[in-house]
Amino acid sequence: MNNVRKVMAIHLQVGKLSDLEDDWIQRYFDYLSKGTIAEGAKLKIERMPVMVQCNVCSTSYEADIARMGDLVCPACGEKGGMLLSGREYTVKEMEVQ
Amino acid sequence: MKEIKLIEVKEEILSDNIKQAEEVRERLRKTKTMLLNLMSSPGSGKTSLILQTVEGLKGSLRLGIIEADIDSTVDAEKVAARGIRAIQLRTGGFCHLDATMVTQGIDAMAVNELDLVIIENVGNLVCPAEFDTGAHKNVMILSVPEGDDKPLKYPLMFSVCDLLLVNKIDYLSLSDFDIAALRKRVLALNPRITILEVSCKTGAGIESWIDWLKGEMAAFKGAK
Repeated sequence: MNNVRKVMAIHLQVGKLSDLEDDWIQRYFDYLSKGTIAEGAKLKIERMPVMVQCNVCSTSYEADIARMGDLVCPACGEKGGMLLSGREYTVKEMEVQ
Repeated sequence: MKEIKLIEVKEEILSDNIKQAEEVRERLRKTKTMLLNLMSSPGSGKTSLILQTVEGLKGSLRLGIIEADIDSTVDAEKVAARGIRAIQLRTGGFCHLDATMVTQGIDAMAVNELDLVIIENVGNLVCPAEFDTGAHKNVMILSVPEGDDKPLKYPLMFSVCDLLLVNKIDYLSLSDFDIAALRKRVLALNPRITILEVSCKTGAGIESWIDWLKGEMAAFKGAK
């Protein structure tokens, strides 16, 4: 389709709420890609922020993953909020030959 | 020529599962069968809750159970012994269920004859939270011996659930589990969640769980 002979690298976007470690994603990938044109490809993993929307003033803000239990809206001080993003697993692009 | 090209993909890795989950939800909406995904750590009381639910419903709803275990049929046998329709899915080492496995489960049941199907997911607070099973409602159990700090360690699980059942409250007097602190932590992560305290052993609070279930069931049946 794209006349690809070899996949050199894959750019992934992974939400910070994912518990998968970068090293392990690469190891699983290496195992699964054996014998395909993607064998040996390097995964470039970009961690995507956890975004939360305040239930009171609708301000969107980035949550600190280490302090998910104590979310406070920076605009109005309301506690907690709705999760907007931070769970994604997206293939953004591939470097190919 | 060794030129490197950049191909834009922009594709969700879990998109197949999300699509399959939507199909499951739609299919069961048509047969008016509510699908409930029950998640927790191992040993927190999923099977005990299901057995209490069978008792509590007193036959008022036609119930089916999808049991997921890595490699045993112990839970399905316990449930089937009460005369409830149960399907065992062996995940074969997998730590969670996905929508395709759930589809196999509901294919094996006459879902049009059922009001409610409960999925007993694999005991695990990590992976089951990542995979949409196609359920209409997600319910989790946290038991007192596990500790009140779990929302801090597994925020995603607490974020995706509609109901949290705090089980084994009969152990509260023996433990330093702080229920008020737990509620505060969970509600900060997920303000829409309902939290109920139960003991599958003594039966305390089981009525409130049955009431919640009946309320959700009525809302589900009433929706078009």
